Amino acid sequence: MIATNEPNAAALSRMRRSERRAMLMGLLFVSPWLIGFLIFTLYPVFASAYLSFTDYRVLAPPKWVGFSNYTDLIGDHDYFLPSLFDTIFMFLELPIALTIGLALALLLDQKLRGIAFYRTLFYLPSIVPVVSSAVLWMWVLNPEHGLMNAALHSLHIPGPAWLASPAWSKPAMIMMDLWGVGGGMVIYLAALQGVPTPLYEAAALDGANGWQKIWHVTIPQISPVIFFNMIMGVIGTFQYFTQTFIMTNGGPDNSTLFYAMYLYQNAFQYFRMGTACAMAWMLFIITLIATLVVFKSSARWVYYEGEAR
Amino acid sequence: MSKRASQIIGHTVLILLGIVFFAPFLFMVSTSLKGDQQIFSSTIQWIPHPIVWSNYPKALAYFPFWRYLGNTLIICIGNVIGTVFSAALPAYAFSRLKWKGRDFLFITMIATIMLPSQVTLMPVFLLFRSLGWTGTFLPLIVPSFFGSAFSIFLLRQFFLGIPQELSDAARIDGCNEWGILWRIILPLAKPALATIALFSFMGTWTDFQGPLIYLHDEKLYTLAIGLNSFLGRHGGEWNLLMAASTVVTVPLVVIFFFAQRTFVQGIALTGRAN
Repeated sequence: MIATNEPNAAALSRMRRSERRAMLMGLLFVSPWLIGFLIFTLYPVFASAYLSFTDYRVLAPPKWVGFSNYTDLIGDHDYFLPSLFDTIFMFLELPIALTIGLALALLLDQKLRGIAFYRTLFYLPSIVPVVSSAVLWMWVLNPEHGLMNAALHSLHIPGPAWLASPAWSKPAMIMMDLWGVGGGMVIYLAALQGVPTPLYEAAALDGANGWQKIWHVTIPQISPVIFFNMIMGVIGTFQYFTQTFIMTNGGPDNSTLFYAMYLYQNAFQYFRMGTACAMAWMLFIITLIATLVVFKSSARWVYYEGEAR
Repeated sequence: MSKRASQIIGHTVLILLGIVFFAPFLFMVSTSLKGDQQIFSSTIQWIPHPIVWSNYPKALAYFPFWRYLGNTLIICIGNVIGTVFSAALPAYAFSRLKWKGRDFLFITMIATIMLPSQVTLMPVFLLFRSLGWTGTFLPLIVPSFFGSAFSIFLLRQFFLGIPQELSDAARIDGCNEWGILWRIILPLAKPALATIALFSFMGTWTDFQGPLIYLHDEKLYTLAIGLNSFLGRHGGEWNLLMAASTVVTVPLVVIFFFAQRTFVQGIALTGRAN
């Protein structure tokens, strides 16, 4: 090390050359994604930011209007703000889906005969194409002839008009989505199977009962997966579109005119691209804030193996 | 509580819940085989009487099912090919090559998964429109050839699990990085490639917003938007609608059952190789 500088410099430049080669190689290998990223993500993100400050109706070139798309939207008590609040209402689904998904996963984590059959049964609804499940649930929720109200009737409960009722349309959609809870369930199930058995044995030695084991061992151990599902749930709720488009087209009384639906209408039915882009950017910022809140709170409740505390 | 008692309770709970989850499927298939009067009966009748098989050919004739199936398959296969081909190289660079900027680009890629698709939706639409590609399958296929972040991530996770010694041995034998990827990594990664192919197929089959935005000519419709326009035209004919929904759903269920076996085999093979 204390020898002359000469060989060191040569070694350094050799290293740089090989480093540069490695970097070129890396870039070459990722280029399919990188080119796609530039064309289909980076450029559009900036383009939509620009368009959000313009009045652009596709046929004429965009006209700069400053913040007026944003101020118009924030002052819009008829469509925009209700669409935002209706979407926030749908967040109710997240804790319910988490509870049911986790409970099912715990039930299916037992050693029972035919457990694979049960797992498939609960997972199956989540692979049904959204269009099919939307059409199916329109029929299930049919007030007069549907399965739901027939079941309620047999329990002597008068069923509501579901999708035809402004008060019940959102709960109806939440119920339909919960049918597909198996998608989250399999992720929890995989996580449960990764919880080390010695932890349960240690808990049993300390005299923990079933609930205590779930609360003090299982949940902390799988909390990173719960965290992941929460984030994806927040993002997914803001993108809620296909179901409303097919089942209610935003109605009745705009009760299911969710954010993504109103955005779609602006962009592709009214061709108000500037407004739609402003909505998309607000959505981006709201999602970012919501994700950050979940992320920040995660330090309190998410446990990572091997993390210094 | 005895072990036997807890097993009986477990089965009872699962069967009761299972009935709740399965009932909509049963309702769909049962309705699809009922006559026009029976679907509107005042109580739920689970057994169709008489069984009207002809609902199926009738429903398939109401909307050009075979044409829509063909369109859907073209787009699905295009996406599977694009996704699989464009995922391997980036996944390799993100997992088994060391280079400056790798981690930065990888984090960037992961961040794009969280980006709401609406932020890019309009400019991408305008881009395809200026290319004259709206009203063709191209906007629904071409992007898949530029790597899907989720597939690359999945494949990278799999690549990370392949022992580094295999690559080192090949390098000593004079194999370059392309050779290592082609001859060693990809053959080992078949189960992972099958997984991303499957996800891509199922995602494309189900996709609604893409075809809705880009395909306006009814001849080019996919099954997803075809079913929606069926709903618009024959809204009250629930038996035919349920037949059509069943037909759109069944291929995915069948693929799921076949693929389930492939995955189990893939896992078993890896276990034996170790």
